[in-house]
Amino acid sequence: MENIGALSLLIALCLAIYSVVGSLVGAIKKRPFLVTSAERAVYAVWLLLTVASGILIHALLTSDFRMAYVAAHSNLTMPAIYKFTAWWGGQEGSLLLWAWLLSCYAAIVVFTNRKSHRVIMPYVNATMMVTLGFFILLVAFVVSPFQVLAQGRGIIAVPDGNGLNPLLQYWTMVIHPPMLYLGYIGFTVPFAFALGSLVMKQPGDAWIHTTRRWAIVTWFFQTTGITLGAGWAYAVLGWGGYWGWDPVENASFLPWLTSTAFLHSVMMQEKKGMMKVWNIVLVSATFFLSIFGTMLTRSGIVTSVHAFAQSPIGKYFGTFLVLFIALVVYLVLDRLDYLKSESHLESIVSRESSFLFNNLILLASCFAILWGTLFPVISEAVSGEKISVDAPFFNRVNIPIGLFLMFLTGVGPLIAWRRSSPESLKRSFTVPTIGGLLVIVGLFALGIHHGYALISFGLCMFVTLTIAIEFWKGSNLIKAKDGIGLIPAMIELTHRNTRRYGGYVIHMGIVAMFIGFTGAAFNKDATAEIQMGDKFNIGRYELKVRDIRVSENEDYMAQHAIVDVFVGGDQIGTMEPEKRLYRSSNQPTSEVAIRRRLNEDLYLNFAGTSGEGSKPVIQAYVFPLVSWIWIGFWITTFGTIICLVPAKMRLSYARTEVVGYAGKNVQVEK
Amino acid sequence: MKATMKFGILVVVIIGTLAWLAAGGIQESQSYYKTISEITKMGQNEKAKKLRVAGNIEEGSISRHGQDVAFTLVEEGLKLKVVYNGSEPLPDTFKDGAQALADGRLTADGTFHANKISAKCASKYEAKPGEKYNTKPVNQKQAGV
Repeated sequence: MENIGALSLLIALCLAIYSVVGSLVGAIKKRPFLVTSAERAVYAVWLLLTVASGILIHALLTSDFRMAYVAAHSNLTMPAIYKFTAWWGGQEGSLLLWAWLLSCYAAIVVFTNRKSHRVIMPYVNATMMVTLGFFILLVAFVVSPFQVLAQGRGIIAVPDGNGLNPLLQYWTMVIHPPMLYLGYIGFTVPFAFALGSLVMKQPGDAWIHTTRRWAIVTWFFQTTGITLGAGWAYAVLGWGGYWGWDPVENASFLPWLTSTAFLHSVMMQEKKGMMKVWNIVLVSATFFLSIFGTMLTRSGIVTSVHAFAQSPIGKYFGTFLVLFIALVVYLVLDRLDYLKSESHLESIVSRESSFLFNNLILLASCFAILWGTLFPVISEAVSGEKISVDAPFFNRVNIPIGLFLMFLTGVGPLIAWRRSSPESLKRSFTVPTIGGLLVIVGLFALGIHHGYALISFGLCMFVTLTIAIEFWKGSNLIKAKDGIGLIPAMIELTHRNTRRYGGYVIHMGIVAMFIGFTGAAFNKDATAEIQMGDKFNIGRYELKVRDIRVSENEDYMAQHAIVDVFVGGDQIGTMEPEKRLYRSSNQPTSEVAIRRRLNEDLYLNFAGTSGEGSKPVIQAYVFPLVSWIWIGFWITTFGTIICLVPAKMRLSYARTEVVGYAGKNVQVEK
Repeated sequence: MKATMKFGILVVVIIGTLAWLAAGGIQESQSYYKTISEITKMGQNEKAKKLRVAGNIEEGSISRHGQDVAFTLVEEGLKLKVVYNGSEPLPDTFKDGAQALADGRLTADGTFHANKISAKCASKYEAKPGEKYNTKPVNQKQAGV
């Protein structure tokens, strides 16, 4: 079986190379049949990778411990779902997943565009296949998932495997890696279209229109992946945080920042024909940062709490990146004439300028995070001393950036293209500004004196009001005109321009997340080593350890601390943080207990018993408003779905209209 | 003044502020990677710096005293006593024999006061004796998260 798997990888590699060569030669020599056959090769590659993945999954599910990968990442007692997820539990398998997902995307792109975009498709296809070929090369030759355990000349099997890292045996971890991968790999497609259009010197922004949905969907996958990762860290890792500025987290965040910037700045190109070079830079940066992130997490360049591999694949990634970046830089420089801006910045108080600042700020954040993540590498190269920076650095830079972004989120959608008059500014912003200030004053009076937190809550109110007013104004117009109720009018309004109003809903989701992040300013923690039956306090809670129980099953043994929770003398519940010891890997894990509420989470970790006796050590935390992060995520999901519903009105006319008329129409169109 | 000029000035102001914040952040949070042997040879004023030390946790050295956790890091035969008193729970991978990374400062009596510990455990396969593959070992990798 494993031979068939390895063989399919080899054939897939050959076909991917054929597909690249066929596309390019076919396009240059104008041989349509060659292009078509190169595109059909994509389906074959997909089929072969599916076979290879299927064989690996089969081996995992049937616990075929002759195979090194299975022995390292699975065991007999694991539930079937985790045996399956062991597919991406290790380096070899996760690279295979990368390749397989990219082949799915490629097959979809080739299929849906088999009749359209004939001019650029060969180059789009070649770009995707070069990337895919690179990953197949890795799994076929460098880190093969089909390696068998052997002794002398015989293949041997171990009686039982290592098991999947127990920390990964949690539901969000089942979907977190595939989601992130879908997001990162997905950006290969807009990148490929951008490159194709660059090669063919296509004027205009056809590539942006074509890939708009791709960009939104893959952006959403990235968001989902990052949020799931945060949720996993919060609920499983037991350090009580959802974000630690760890290199791996940063690696996943960097492409998200550039893709968010991209989603905003494409509007500039669509409506005004500006920022053409910039958009190509952004889409390329997202693609390169995705690859770079994979390299960072897979090659051990920087140390991380995430135990990842020290492996030789770093240099392969480095080569791939350098070559591709050089190609893009050359193409952009060579074709600058085709990327000339059609209009220019007229006023600092305009929609254009708000987009520019949005991009500037997102990129500044991206650069700062990249700098901080690579600081040990940079400082070692410059001064010979390896110096690392951690959370305080990232927070110091990124909190002001986040607040400024929030401000732009409120301001951007309401100011007009080209320029805004002071009167219109007053009209749009009086109510939100007053609302925001009221929140700040009110919270200050209630005893909250944390500067950033006050600003953040104020801005959250400001943005919420600007969005609410947008919905309110628009739907009232429709209500008056069509004589329907407010709710149907609001639905009608959203349906007319799903992208705009869906975008607002996403902004609301981000506001909710910011409320959750801001709660971190008021976190409390307490560690107590106490006698059974004694109480200790955290915030308004009183905690009493009543009992310690022991349980076990075939996968692990566990100790539970039974903790009664009191508020003002009344018992409000019992929580059971747990400490597990997994049998096969002999690794302890903490299962925290979380009492989730909208205003605050109570979070208990059972740190074990102290050295001298059987005194339990309990670490207790109060995390205000954390739940709003997850709520914000669901709002974002809803907004993304709205964005994907086709709008009733065509949007592409907006550009000529905005350029054609000044003044009265401008404010209506986004 | 032209819009582009104004824009340019604003950009400079923003970038300048961020750079200033970043420089402050680096000053505040930078810590130096040192090996245990480098630490033992360090001069007095160097010892005041924030340091990051890596090593293996000596078998049986972990002990808890109230909120503090004490253990010994070993690297190439050299030992360093570490006391951890941070607010975060220790990672699950923190156990005898694991590789650990301690962030903190050296105190006058030579113990290392850590406020952050990261750890990763050695793979089971590496430790198992008597198993040799005739190819390069493939099981030394941990699950990438």
